[in-house]
Amino acid sequence: MNKASRTSISALLALLALAFLSPIYLMLVNSFKDRAELYKNALALPDSFSFQYYAKAMDKMNFMSAFGNSLFITIVSVAFVVVLASMTAWMLVRTDNRLSRIIFLVFVSTMLIPFQTLMMPLMQVMDWIRGNLHIPMLNTRGGLIYMNIGFHASMAVFLFHGFIKSVPIALEEAATLDGCTKFGVFWRIVFPMLKTITITVAILDVIAMWNDYLLPSLTLSDKGLRTIPLSTFYFFGEFTIQWNLAMAGLTLTIIPVVVFYMFAQKYIIKGIAAGAVK
Amino acid sequence: MSKSNKGWFALFTVPLLLVFTTVVIIPFIIGIGYSFVSWDGIPANPKVFVGFDNYATLLRDDRFLTSAWHTIEFTVLALILVNVLGLAFSLLVTMKLRVSNAARTMFFMPNLIGGLILGYIWQFIFTDVFKYLGDKTGFDSVFFNWLIHPQFALYAMVIVFTWQMAGYTMIIYIAGIQGIPDELGEAARVDGANLWQRLTRIIFPLLMPSFTICLFLTLSGAFKIFDVNLSLTKGGPNNATELFAMNIFNEIFGYGHYGLGQAKAIIFFVLVAAVTMTQVIITKKREVQY
Repeated sequence: MNKASRTSISALLALLALAFLSPIYLMLVNSFKDRAELYKNALALPDSFSFQYYAKAMDKMNFMSAFGNSLFITIVSVAFVVVLASMTAWMLVRTDNRLSRIIFLVFVSTMLIPFQTLMMPLMQVMDWIRGNLHIPMLNTRGGLIYMNIGFHASMAVFLFHGFIKSVPIALEEAATLDGCTKFGVFWRIVFPMLKTITITVAILDVIAMWNDYLLPSLTLSDKGLRTIPLSTFYFFGEFTIQWNLAMAGLTLTIIPVVVFYMFAQKYIIKGIAAGAVK
Repeated sequence: MSKSNKGWFALFTVPLLLVFTTVVIIPFIIGIGYSFVSWDGIPANPKVFVGFDNYATLLRDDRFLTSAWHTIEFTVLALILVNVLGLAFSLLVTMKLRVSNAARTMFFMPNLIGGLILGYIWQFIFTDVFKYLGDKTGFDSVFFNWLIHPQFALYAMVIVFTWQMAGYTMIIYIAGIQGIPDELGEAARVDGANLWQRLTRIIFPLLMPSFTICLFLTLSGAFKIFDVNLSLTKGGPNNATELFAMNIFNEIFGYGHYGLGQAKAIIFFVLVAAVTMTQVIITKKREVQY
């Protein structure tokens, strides 16, 4: 291709990408406008940048509390998934017997079950545990974390399993001969070698858990426990007609995602590709 | 296995198995049981065994059947649009242009934002911005409030879902394209193949594994869509866009028909499993080696 046509395709691609993100532009500009200005011209840049709607949205959504809840629940859940699933997957790969194969098969085959099939009976099971074993599974962060781990277990075990199969066993055997326990072998030798797949699992789970609405909406009922999607839902139910306020609220919820994307873009794109291809 | 090895095996696997069993396995099994009873969800009220009545009822449930039909319509449209756009983006972005990386970053961005929030952003666009555009430009046959029109509200969902997923499939297609050796394209070019021939005879056949993955992901994603449905249309107008997942949710938690709703949920699982398995098998067969 000659230089001129490359330049024109470049320009076209740049325009296409900008047009693709125009909804974000519309959200941003209208979060600064007052009602009259918004209805006069929804596409124009705002006359002035006043952050009054942001302050109000932050207050109405209880944003800092929701952000803290989302962060805590996501980080703790992901940490548990990575630790437990990698340990399980390693044992399943290194113990070659029928039990291992059955367990792995069960993990893989449950990946097809949609959440809607499990949600109602799950609530009954959690309610039963609360009533009979006196463990507070519902309306607590801990309970939600527990369920997050369960729902993301299959995918994580599947990804770790595939990766560990390609890790040579020789190092582990040498360490065992030197008197290392299984625990030591796993944490000192194996786990450090799982870095790439750990990042993939962590990124896929962070995105899924951070954005999850349905499971938290079923388990958390206290206002103070709301995650970002939950508080967005309740906020939106209340202020749909006030678009400027709503847009400011939505912008707030997107800021953490954009920051995460900026810092981890390389890993996110690699992780998405690796996670999907497996 | 020696005794100590069994101990280690248990120590490493039991914690996750315990969580997994209580969260996925047990609910799945008792869920099948719930689909054979009639129950309103109140613990004090009895669960009455009704055999296959719930399954018979759902087959006569017009709202459920309509919702199933709309889900299929939505899924087919979304499948086509997401993959055509994702593939086009991936081809553009792999042309090694100066703006390629920035464009890739921008195309993928919406995928990180949750479906609930995407739906709200677009609710504003389809109602107020569209109305504004219609008033200003006069094209009010295109730009009107899409969300109050039954058919256009479904199209609106297709657009939002496409906006969310196109960048995701783009990433997978890019990985596939980068796996194709440059010499293949070069050799074809030397032999006089034009761009279209190179695409359809070389690139696309070699991308079959990527098609498998992308079709699988879009198919199951579209079929199970809930968040965008909830935030964009809430199933409206007049239940015209109430898709499968939302119909199940409403049946159980909205109307308190726990048994009937769970029977729908079991049917939903069977359909998801059957459709995705068939699709994977068909596309796998068409993959070629080079």
